[in-house]
Amino acid sequence: MTALAERPGDTRTRGRVVAQRFFVVRELGIGLALLLLIVITALVNPRFLAAQSIKDLLLGSTILAILATGQAIVVITRNVDLSVGSVLGLSAFAVGTLFVSAPGTPIPVALAMGVALGAACGAVNGLLIAAARVPALVVTLGTLYVFRGIDYTWATGKQVNAADMPAGFLRMGTKAVLGVPVLALFAVVVLVFAGYYLRAFRSGRELYAIGSEPAAARLNGIPVGRRIFGAFVVSGALAGFAGVLYAARFGTLDANAGINSELNVVAAVVVGGVAIFGGSGSVYGAALGAVLLTTIGAALPVLGVSPFWQRAAVGALILAAIGLDRILMARVGERLRVIGGRSVAENAPNQRKGARRA
Amino acid sequence: MRRSYAWDLGIIVALVLFVAVAGQTIEGVGSPRFWRFVILEVIPVALIALPLALVVITGEIDLSVASVLGLTCTVLGQLWAWGVSSLPLLIVLCLLLGAALGAVNGVFVTVFGLPSLAVTIGTLALYRGLAYVVLGDRAVANYPTTWTRNAIAAIPGLTIPWMILVVVAVAVILGVILHATPIGRGLYAIGNNAEASAFAGISVARTKFWLFVLTGAMSALAGVFWTFRFASARADNATGLELAAVAAVLLGGVSIFGGRGGLVGVLAAVVLLATLRNALQLADVPANALTIVTGSLLIASVVGPNVATQARDALRRRRARTAT
Amino acid sequence: MKRTAAALAALLLLGLSATACAEDGDDSGGGDGGAKSNTIKSGLKIAFLPKQVNNPYFTTAGNGGKTAVGEFKGTYSETGPSEASASSQVSYINTLSQQKTDVIVVSANDKDAICGALNEARQAGTKVVTYDSDTKPDCRDLFVNQATAEGIAKSQIKLISDAVGPDGGKIAILSATANATNQNAWIEMMKTELAKPEYSKLQLVATVYGDDDDQKSFTEAQGLLAKYPDLKGIISPTTVGVAAAGRYLSGSAYKGKVALTGLGTPNQMRAFVKDGTCKAFALWNPADLGYLAAYAAGALASGMISGKEGEKFTAGKLGEFTVGKNGEVLLGEPFTFNASNIDQFNF
Repeated sequence: MTALAERPGDTRTRGRVVAQRFFVVRELGIGLALLLLIVITALVNPRFLAAQSIKDLLLGSTILAILATGQAIVVITRNVDLSVGSVLGLSAFAVGTLFVSAPGTPIPVALAMGVALGAACGAVNGLLIAAARVPALVVTLGTLYVFRGIDYTWATGKQVNAADMPAGFLRMGTKAVLGVPVLALFAVVVLVFAGYYLRAFRSGRELYAIGSEPAAARLNGIPVGRRIFGAFVVSGALAGFAGVLYAARFGTLDANAGINSELNVVAAVVVGGVAIFGGSGSVYGAALGAVLLTTIGAALPVLGVSPFWQRAAVGALILAAIGLDRILMARVGERLRVIGGRSVAENAPNQRKGARRA
Repeated sequence: MRRSYAWDLGIIVALVLFVAVAGQTIEGVGSPRFWRFVILEVIPVALIALPLALVVITGEIDLSVASVLGLTCTVLGQLWAWGVSSLPLLIVLCLLLGAALGAVNGVFVTVFGLPSLAVTIGTLALYRGLAYVVLGDRAVANYPTTWTRNAIAAIPGLTIPWMILVVVAVAVILGVILHATPIGRGLYAIGNNAEASAFAGISVARTKFWLFVLTGAMSALAGVFWTFRFASARADNATGLELAAVAAVLLGGVSIFGGRGGLVGVLAAVVLLATLRNALQLADVPANALTIVTGSLLIASVVGPNVATQARDALRRRRARTAT
Repeated sequence: MKRTAAALAALLLLGLSATACAEDGDDSGGGDGGAKSNTIKSGLKIAFLPKQVNNPYFTTAGNGGKTAVGEFKGTYSETGPSEASASSQVSYINTLSQQKTDVIVVSANDKDAICGALNEARQAGTKVVTYDSDTKPDCRDLFVNQATAEGIAKSQIKLISDAVGPDGGKIAILSATANATNQNAWIEMMKTELAKPEYSKLQLVATVYGDDDDQKSFTEAQGLLAKYPDLKGIISPTTVGVAAAGRYLSGSAYKGKVALTGLGTPNQMRAFVKDGTCKAFALWNPADLGYLAAYAAGALASGMISGKEGEKFTAGKLGEFTVGKNGEVLLGEPFTFNASNIDQFNF
């Protein structure tokens, strides 16, 4: 082994490979758990794999998956968005009201409106967090109340009935293409876009940097405030989008749409491998987490377990996931340090030559 | 620390002003019955918010408090349904349960080193789920009327429930510990800089652990009160109450970053929020509008100081620049 | 068809005869019922407190109550929680009592939980009338019931039996909240009815709770079919539940194969009746229920009745009613809606 064999570039590559392998392992783990669950449940009751049942599963996880995608982007920056349930409810009711008062509205317009409304709510969050430098937990707790209150004030006593919604819109909620529900296709498109953006665009990767170490990110010239603002706008927009899909799927809407869903979203994200302390994870993991949670909910009654265990299971999974992540993080950290240490020792003669390393 | 007293005073002044104005404009505000209902609402929230404030001062958070309350309610109901009829025994068992649940939080945070936000979101789901496992969708509601009446009985001669004395006692004890003992100063130190505190000899892990245990036990006590006040133990009792408790703590002047705040402000904030709610409801403002008020107050109480600090820093920088 | 026509005719006859009696009562002046007053006082504050406010069933009932209160020149108000929770109702009861409401007309989410608050309110001078869903009898002065539990149960079982067919099969119940007094009373009676020999082919396999929340009811319906794929029928005796179940079945592979019935509103169920998901369902007129409850409240607050068995009072255009056992006033029998008559109604 010559002194020139290891260069800092190689260290970084090696480090990145280790980190990436860890993440892939994490997501594979979820995928494996999901597969295992489906197989076991199917063995107990083969009808679990019937077309209708799969369709219901995909439909049920779609909305959660879209919310989880947005939440993952926020959590990666070391923040959290607890207001997504309220934004969903507001958007769903807005779309419902739009269709009731103007039944001829084309569906893309409704979609755009829902997304815009959600983005506006997200902007409020982002502004407060980025500009006022207030912890996201507190702000989104407050906006959870405020947005839900606005939804209530608008919707109290009223209810949008499925009977009043355009049939085409409701059909979108149940239609399937080759057995895959249309709504699930929407979720996949969103997921692919988000995943590609986070991986391939610099601003996407900067989100990871911000989550890992905000101070260092700032010093490195990353516009932290702007990126966090953007992350919350995206999370809000996706929640708004999910609200439109919710309206299509359930049809009947009242002020309680989406209530208490924040917990499930955070659970999906955490279970999906997005570390709550930021800086790691992917939207694919978060979506897988959403599917896993939904499948658990559907599998429990089939397996004969009282459905009341589902909530407790969600809680236990969150704890297991963050514990696991902490262990894996420590392990990865150690390995990175070892790699770094080894390369320093090997490069020591080069350093004496005065070669600068970045 | 001087700044936090100003905040406490501010909340109390806001409360007094509000009651004075509302008493003139809204019929019923300020009457003895009004205060009775306000205090009935204050009791469980205060029992939770007071120890929660201590937790937040040390830089942690506990979102599982309402789920501990709910699980305690269901266990209490189930024990009663199984035939345990000694009230002191039931209360002791519930307190032990709450302490144990808090201890689980404490272990995850101090021994495994996990962030309390994530842990308590997990235990929030886990404990609430266990509450559903215990009682399912049912409710246990056939307690002896002496118990349910005594829980909300008034202090002789007044209309205010006697349980408020328990709350005041807890507030006084915790307040004395926080403001007048080395333990209390240690809490502020931990919140400001945990590492430095550890070097200074404060046992950070042990302190935080016992704070979580205390919060759990108090939440359980609130659960016992809740069950008897509503004469009903259900798995969904007090769902969402953790947000009310956190709102009260933050509105009361405790900084979310830790290291600042006092109990007087927290108690005043709990009373202020309950008074606001009840007064506005008397004025026929729909309960939903009240969530907007709570949420806005929560945001304002955190954004306000931050913006003020930033403005002051900006001003100081400009002054320094012009001075040279 | 013939049955519904007969039921409608019977209702009309009842109404007509009652109106006739009411007119007699007005003519005879102040001699009725001894020393009690004969007209409802004006200016009474009547407050409706339903299980939850954003439920169209309760909105319709409230409108009926509002009409009635307007007729006897009182003040109507409606308030309540957005989710069907008993502890939320307690806080509203306390507020209404402080506002010196004359009568609280409440549909209870739990028969025990709101008793303490109700009794405190009664001690402070407010009267309490329950409607739709009762509390323990000693916490209220009157209970206005839409139909007997037996009547509702008989109608539901008959409807599901007709829809499932003579071969019978497994059926399930999708209820509201687990503690709702009315739901539990009806489910008990349904089980009694199912034990009869003519329904021996029907087997009740599960009772699940949708909490009167649309999304939860939808998901529970989905869960029922996942767990019992050979389920032949679902009874959902709650307007939110039957509408959600209808929507699920209508968009799934089970449409037409799994029978659905329950207590629903015509507007919510129209599409499902027309597309064959639900052949027939029952209800009463919620507006009439609210109307009757308001009149009962007015009569109570004016001292015309006190909740004792045998007392009579007039409820505006609905005619005369008699207080039954345990302070219960009965509106009538459930009415069956199906494809032939559903277009005549708008609520």
